[in-house]
Formats: sequence, C-alpha cells, structure tokens
Amino acid sequence: MKQPFDQAVKRHGQTVLRVCRAVLGRGPDADDAWSETFLAALKAWPDLPEDTNVEAWLVRVAHRKAIDVTRARARRAIPSDDLPERASPLGNPGGDEYGVWTAVAALPQRQRLAIAYHYLGGLPHAETAEIIGGSTDAVRRAASDGIKRLRQIYPADDYPKGVPR
Amino acid sequence: MTDIATFGNNHSADGGKRAEYDALFAIEPDAMAHLHSRLAGIASEHGLVDIAYRTIDTPVGQLLLAATETGLVRVAFERENFEAVLESLADKISPRVLQAPRRLDAVAAEIDEYFTGKRRAFDVPLDYAMSSGFRQIVQRYLPHIGYGHTQSYKEVAELVGNPKAVRAVGTACATNPLPVVVPCHRVLRTDGSLGGYIGGLEAKTTLLTLEKAA
Repeated sequence: MKQPFDQAVKRHGQTVLRVCRAVLGRGPDADDAWSETFLAALKAWPDLPEDTNVEAWLVRVAHRKAIDVTRARARRAIPSDDLPERASPLGNPGGDEYGVWTAVAALPQRQRLAIAYHYLGGLPHAETAEIIGGSTDAVRRAASDGIKRLRQIYPADDYPKGVPR
Repeated sequence: MTDIATFGNNHSADGGKRAEYDALFAIEPDAMAHLHSRLAGIASEHGLVDIAYRTIDTPVGQLLLAATETGLVRVAFERENFEAVLESLADKISPRVLQAPRRLDAVAAEIDEYFTGKRRAFDVPLDYAMSSGFRQIVQRYLPHIGYGHTQSYKEVAELVGNPKAVRAVGTACATNPLPVVVPCHRVLRTDGSLGGYIGGLEAKTTLLTLEKAA
C-alpha cells in the first residue's frame, strides 16, 4: 500500500473502535484491541496489495486481536476476595449516556459478533460467517435478532436522531 | 454465495444506513485523539514509524513538519496541500506515515524561537532524502547564507561551483523540501527583486522582514 498509513487510522479508526467495543465491551480491553489492530496493520501496511478493501481488512485484523485480548484476559485473571474500585460508567458526561454499549455487551455472543462485523464493520454476512463460523443464514438471523433486541431497548423515538457529537 | 454477497454489497452501498448506525453507536469526542496518540507512542517504540509528522501555527500560516529517523525531511506550507505532501512522502520514502508529534518537538521549538527572533540558525538533524543531485548540493549550501543576509541566484550558482547553472539554482530553491529551516528565502534575483517562493511571496517577504528587524 502506497497511501500514508495515517489516512487509514483517520478514516477507519472509529469503525474499528466500534467493532472492538461491540466484541469486548467499552473499556481498556477494547482500547487495547484497537491499538493492537493498528500496530499489526502498520507492520503489514507496506506489503498490503493496493486493491485491498482496507476497512474490511482492518475489521478482520480487529477480530483476531479481540480474540487475543480475550485469551490474554483469561490468562491474567487474578482471584481476589475484594473487587478493585472502578470508574463508574454511569452519569459521566460524554460517556455512554444511552447505555448502548452496555446493551450490546448484554447480547448473546453470536448476536454481538454478527452485529459488530456486519453493522459496525460493514462486512457482508457471508464474510462474518467465515470468521465466526456457522452458516450465512444463521449469522444473518443472529444479526437481525440482535438489532431487534436493541431496537426494543431503544425505540426510535427515545433518543434524538443523529446524536449530536 | 452470490445472493449473499449482493446483500452485503447493498449494505456497504447504503451509506445513510451506515451513518445511522454510526450515530447510534456513538464514540465520545476525545476517544480517537487519545487512541491515536497512544498508538503513535507504541509504534515509535517498535521502530515502526518511518515518517512522523505534525503541524504547527506560525506567522506564515500552518506548517507541516515531517521527520524520518535520520532527521527533518519535509517542511510544507498549507498552500502545498498537506495531504498531497504526505502522499508524496509515502510514495518516495515509506507509507509508514503517522502523526507522531513528539519526534518533532525539538524542531517545532526551534521554529518557534526563529519566529520570535530568538534564533538565527537551526541545529536539528536534517534528512535530504527528498532531493538529489545538483538540487541537493544547492540546498545543502543554503544554510551558509547568514541570517539577515541575501544572495542572488547567480552568486549561489558561482559559490556552488557551477556559474552557468543560474536557472538550476532557481529550481533547487523552488523545490526545497525544507523551506524556512533551509533558508531558500535568502536567495533573490540579481536586481534585488524577490524571485519565487514555495510558500508564496507574502511568506518570503515576512521571513526577510523578520530577519532584517532582528
């Protein structure tokens, strides 16, 4: 790829973050997966063919990095009687005020992944099926069930269209 | 596979729908800037940033500064179109281009001092990779013209040992990849008129006036 890598970060950084958050939940794990995705992409960038669909390629890299982060998290688990104090996700200005990420995190895993890669990452259902397994129809159903569930929690009238940010 | 691929394509082509999802799955305003600067730090540690860049505000408008591991490789005026400048760096040197301001802190500080009249010469390392041959010889000579002084294209041609190459000296100045820091603005026509300047004549006048006043 001859294009400056920085353009890819600026153009697709948000998409990749949405995918990472949908898969891992909003927080440091998603941030780490985002960093790992772009670090790996930067390494591979000069050898990437010019006709690559950069966004779809980044979403696939993000998928692998999210799995890595999930595994690392499992390995690093520290048993403890007392839970560490954490920043409250509630009532922070500029935060997840509609609770969308929390609602996404509460979906069954396959629905969450199908939404992440199709609706947020822009991959066709067939490609999502390739990376998460299962048939294309099953993935399509999971994505639509997940979106339906989110729509029940957030009826269209409940939040302003085109959130002002 | 075929009907499914079409379904996917329909989705990608449907920009409005995509924008709607992007708005629903909102990202707080400073998140991207934070992640970007963290990435710049990690990538620099791994030696993966072949070209680091940043922009600064100056009396001659916004300047883009770019550096390789060797040194400052490009200074660009806004009228040159920053995106095009970065594309040509990616094409000629490496596409591993990242906004990573810290590598340019020293350069930015020196340019700042220069514009406040506190600095008369730059001592940051320079990378002349964007020019070659006679142009590079001329550009390497230019810092020898002292602060507040000027020379003509003809004088420069004589001093670099090629008195007939007056036009080539003009081209070398016009294509200087490191304006301001490599002072091509100190080269004028023999009759004392300005000649051209990559940052525009107004910028050239500003620089010459600044140096005369100091």
